[in-house]
Amino acid sequence: MAKVVFTPNIQRHVACPATEADGESVGEVLAAVFRGNARVRGYVLDDQGGLRKHMTIFVDGRLVRDRTRLSDPVDATSTIYVFQALSGG
Amino acid sequence: MSDTLLVSTRKGLFRVGRHGGSWRIEGVDFLGDNVTLTMTDPRSGRHYVALDHGHFGVKMHRSAEAGGWEEIAAPQYPEKPEGYEEHDMWGRPLAWTTARIWALTPGGADEPGVIWCGTLPGGLFRSADHGRSWEIVRSLWDHPKRKMWMGGGADLPGIHSIIVDPKNSKRVWIAVSTGGIWHTGDAGTTWEQRGEGMRADHVPPELTHDPIAQDVHCLVACRADMRRMWVQHHNGIFVSSDEGRTFTEITDVAPSTFGFPVAVHPRDPDQAWFVPGIKDELRIPKDAKLVVTRTRDGGKTFEVLGKGLPQEHAYDLVYRHALALDETGDRLAFGSTTGGLWVSEDQGETWQSVVHTLPPIYAVRFA
Repeated sequence: MAKVVFTPNIQRHVACPATEADGESVGEVLAAVFRGNARVRGYVLDDQGGLRKHMTIFVDGRLVRDRTRLSDPVDATSTIYVFQALSGG
Repeated sequence: MSDTLLVSTRKGLFRVGRHGGSWRIEGVDFLGDNVTLTMTDPRSGRHYVALDHGHFGVKMHRSAEAGGWEEIAAPQYPEKPEGYEEHDMWGRPLAWTTARIWALTPGGADEPGVIWCGTLPGGLFRSADHGRSWEIVRSLWDHPKRKMWMGGGADLPGIHSIIVDPKNSKRVWIAVSTGGIWHTGDAGTTWEQRGEGMRADHVPPELTHDPIAQDVHCLVACRADMRRMWVQHHNGIFVSSDEGRTFTEITDVAPSTFGFPVAVHPRDPDQAWFVPGIKDELRIPKDAKLVVTRTRDGGKTFEVLGKGLPQEHAYDLVYRHALALDETGDRLAFGSTTGGLWVSEDQGETWQSVVHTLPPIYAVRFA
């Protein structure tokens, strides 16, 4: 299972500890996480299910490219970091 | 008569109360967070607060029965149809996502769970369950003229004013920056443009009097006489005596007719208050003197009220939701971009400074 780590700054609003989930893409893994923690979805994704404008996701140190469909591949050993982009202040 | 103010600021929600004739800060919630607007529902007594977390998006909280706050649903735009393309006034793809909550208005007394919510980029939402869930009003969002709305003070168009007729909850007016005034007589099933007579000088002559081109900064109506509506417009002050169908421009009001907020007395349609500034890029009080203007005769004459307000080196701007009038029509309060907060208990004749070091103030409401 892929490991998912959320920025500490989000924890002030909604608890989302590091977790693990199955999936072959960023979107699939996050969907699995959100099934168990629905409230955090709206903090990371916008109304259309894309990554919020000033959020970033790294997979094994690489910035994801598909912010709309979150199709970047992951494998069972991947670590996904959900961070804030400094472009958002 | 209300003894409590909710003050929405860039860095938290401040609760201000009256004690022995003076007003002071009692507490702060959401400290550090961007609080954009509050609404107190007179039917339930619950408070609603809109937040913009920037990175994490727009959120809504409601006061909990047990005390404190609970997060509730924020308005969410529907899924954009596959292949559908829509662009903003800059030619960029328009994101169907809530960018800001800019208006919150309770429904009528006969529909206790109903709340209306206006947003950027132009979606109007309605909740029938006290904000637990929201539905976009498709009839307005899908209206072909909605795509003609433009940004006013922001990149995206937004609904900032919502008025529900206290005698008929199905009758609702909204105002848009920029997109003019819209009215429904059937609870949002159909919409018609209102606002003939307003004038926009920031568009070409052929559009100057087009109701959809109008940048209404704030729209209010007298609760006792809905025929009377007041508009603080980008171009000045306009007044209607026919429920917003037609407006008359009021000019020659010292020190300026430019500003953002307007308040109207709940029982006297001829009494209204404004907070003027220099039009239009400067947006500071004329001669650095902060004043409120008031008419008591439907706009024929205006008084300039500054007793208790700073009369030198004041550079305060007052946003459209930052002037409040309580249900008695006697108490007013306003807050500024430079963190000043003032209260009047005599319809603006005299003002009491509450604090001048708050973060930028976005909204002031009596609770």
